[in-house]
Amino acid sequence: MIWSKPSSLSRWHDDRWLAPPLALLAAVAALILLLVLAFLLSEAWPVVNGDGWWRFFSNEGWYPLEGRFGLLPMLWASLAAAFGAVLLAAPLGLAGAIFTRFYAPPFIVKPFRIVLALLAGIPSVVYGLWGLTVLVPLIARWQPPGASLFTAILILALMILPTVALTSASALNSVPRSLLHGAAALGLIRTGIVLGVAVPAARGAILGGILLATARALGETMAVLMVAGNVVQNPTGLFEPVRVLTANIALEMSYATGVHRAGLFASGLMLTLLVLALAWLAARIVRRTHYA
Amino acid sequence: MPSHAMDRAFTCAIWSAAVLVTSAFLWLLGDLVWHGMAHLSWSFLVSEPMNAGRSGGIAPILVSTLLILAVALAAAVPLGLGAAAWLAEYTRRDGALGQAVRLSLDVLAGVPSIIFGLFGNVFFSVFLGLGFSMLSGGLTLACMILPIFIRTCEAGLSAVSDDWRHGAAALGMTRAAALWHILLPAAASAIVAGLMLGIGRATAETAALIFTSGYVDRMPESLSDSGRALAVHIYDLSMNVTGGDGAAYASALVLIVLIVAINTGALALSDRWWTRRIATS
Amino acid sequence: MKPSQWVRALITVIGLVGIAVAAQAADDKLVLTGSSTIAPLALEIGKRFEKLNPGVRVDVQSGGSSRGVADARSGLADIGMASRALKPEENDLMAHTIAMDGVGVILNSGNPVQALSDEQIKAIYTGRIRNWKEVGGNDARITVVNKAEGHSTLELFLHHFALKNSEIKADVVIGDNEQGIKTVAGNPVAIGYVSIGTAEFDAAQGTPIKLLPMAGVAATVANVRDGRFPLSRPLNLVTKDTPSGLAKRFIDFARSDKVNDLVEAQFFVPLAR
Repeated sequence: MIWSKPSSLSRWHDDRWLAPPLALLAAVAALILLLVLAFLLSEAWPVVNGDGWWRFFSNEGWYPLEGRFGLLPMLWASLAAAFGAVLLAAPLGLAGAIFTRFYAPPFIVKPFRIVLALLAGIPSVVYGLWGLTVLVPLIARWQPPGASLFTAILILALMILPTVALTSASALNSVPRSLLHGAAALGLIRTGIVLGVAVPAARGAILGGILLATARALGETMAVLMVAGNVVQNPTGLFEPVRVLTANIALEMSYATGVHRAGLFASGLMLTLLVLALAWLAARIVRRTHYA
Repeated sequence: MPSHAMDRAFTCAIWSAAVLVTSAFLWLLGDLVWHGMAHLSWSFLVSEPMNAGRSGGIAPILVSTLLILAVALAAAVPLGLGAAAWLAEYTRRDGALGQAVRLSLDVLAGVPSIIFGLFGNVFFSVFLGLGFSMLSGGLTLACMILPIFIRTCEAGLSAVSDDWRHGAAALGMTRAAALWHILLPAAASAIVAGLMLGIGRATAETAALIFTSGYVDRMPESLSDSGRALAVHIYDLSMNVTGGDGAAYASALVLIVLIVAINTGALALSDRWWTRRIATS
Repeated sequence: MKPSQWVRALITVIGLVGIAVAAQAADDKLVLTGSSTIAPLALEIGKRFEKLNPGVRVDVQSGGSSRGVADARSGLADIGMASRALKPEENDLMAHTIAMDGVGVILNSGNPVQALSDEQIKAIYTGRIRNWKEVGGNDARITVVNKAEGHSTLELFLHHFALKNSEIKADVVIGDNEQGIKTVAGNPVAIGYVSIGTAEFDAAQGTPIKLLPMAGVAATVANVRDGRFPLSRPLNLVTKDTPSGLAKRFIDFARSDKVNDLVEAQFFVPLAR
């Protein structure tokens, strides 16, 4: 049933009622972040407020039982794991999306999408379990101890790949056919159409998907905890064990009290601010295109 | 100008990527089947867990998982669609307000899941008084699903050609009608993609639910009861309970079947319902 | 009916079912939070308690020992679960031990080393001994598996060997017992320490690990029960004041021999009767 009024010139212009509720919904969505930040800040306050916050960067080593809170190595580890994973997952995910849209025979498209949806839905603990019982011993035979930055990157890449693939596929699907037909009419072969027209046209949404995947990789806890080795040290080698900030929070939150606990929340706050910086940077760099 | 040799190479690369992804998935699935198949049975699906989950089944846990998912989707989908519609229809690309909202959603996507769990515990369980309950867990999950759902839907809505909006206006349709009857259906595939990712995130979440919907494995009687989600159960069985591995793998297999079922349902729904209303271009 | 009507009907039904708060008589409810080690045991004891006391509900949540202690103190939980002895600053609370849990050193079953002295274990964990051949094994670098800070198993280990955590040179740090077992099982040159009951069970199931004797005493649940094994920790139910009413009945039940089979099923050691 179409709710159209006799004339859109009518005085009771029905469109005015739509914008405020929608804006309210959007505001609620944005408000959630403010709530989370407020929560983090309040829990981390003893550390952020006092002048003890400097020791999170200057202390040698993370030994909270002995009052040492140096978390720089874990920060580098988080960044290394997340960016390594994105380096692997972004091309693979994009390739998967291109495959779905341009190369896959019709009877493969749906099953492949289901495979991606499944990869997205498998719990991180299952990824971690599989990584721990299958990948880690495999890599240990090649480069002991097995549980290392490399394994973490592999598992994370597998976990964020569906995000990149599904958002990119959605973006590629939205590219107007007219654009693609035009490119074909110009004599471009398929590679040219894909790389030269479709991907650039969709690059805004694709980059958005990659940003979301990076954020997910930075925030992933369980799986990395099981395969990364969890030794607090600078990620000097690909096959050395490392501990990421999220795994640190998970390992120690159950037992932490006082300054230790506030410190863990402070590290969570740091991660969130990191993602904020990344997102802001991405928004500055990318000019999202509208195609019509 | 790409040559035909490059074209073949590129095609090869694309197919290899798809094969790589599928193989990784099959490797993982194979491992789950190998360890979990023996434990699966009909009674596994319909009986209560016994002996800390090592024997018996997962019936109450399945029910809890579905209820938590339902709460999460009930909260996230309307909110997400509304917010996406606002972002796509009422904000300029460079507008400050729209950018602020988008930025906050992107940041929300990066908050660690354990922080969400602790936040959910403090805000939903303690402050709003919901306690350890599936409501609390579902609402926390909704917060986690929103960023990716909104971004995907917004991208889909923005991609709908303006011709459709002009056509709707020319017909004298109100913006609300245009949105509901034309634009959202046109963006259906993107919405479903966002839904699939959201559902995936919801079913995969463990840390957030331990602190909000809890650990109780009894059959829930209402939404305000504590209920253990499947992912939490798998975590407990594989990491905490000695000898729970077989049941853990079997539960993982059930979860996979569940995800396939829900996603296939979502895809079918979108195909039948939405696109039936619009002449395909 | 049109699809939209079906959906509307479905939503209504789900809504009614969901909102239906069963008008039950106010059940007696007991809430336990705390150690995830004790949680499965408490869950099973709770189920048996519920069967014997109809109308009672025992809700068990996890969250860690410190959370259990904090919740017991603040009243958010009726009983807290802590997998360790209470610390001096927690002496405003009462601990009721329901089981013991021994901690033993494990090696991969492919490792030829049969026993290690306390000194050797200390040396391995502090990095002074780096290769298995120095203690009679193969020529391979040792992969040292340690527990994350704050876990009572770690504190027990450090206390027994008079070490500080900063002195330990670990290659892998783990969180839960099972993670430790799976790490050692998958790596022929690893060494770690876990709950004895857990290790005994997994070894009996065919997982390729073996428990080492400590100071000459075999690491078995029997030896922990007899008090001959040097490393063990208590599993405690913590309350704010002397428990009364439902909490008291539950704690007495948990400490009685009516639940010994449940304790043993979780591979802990019931208190000697």
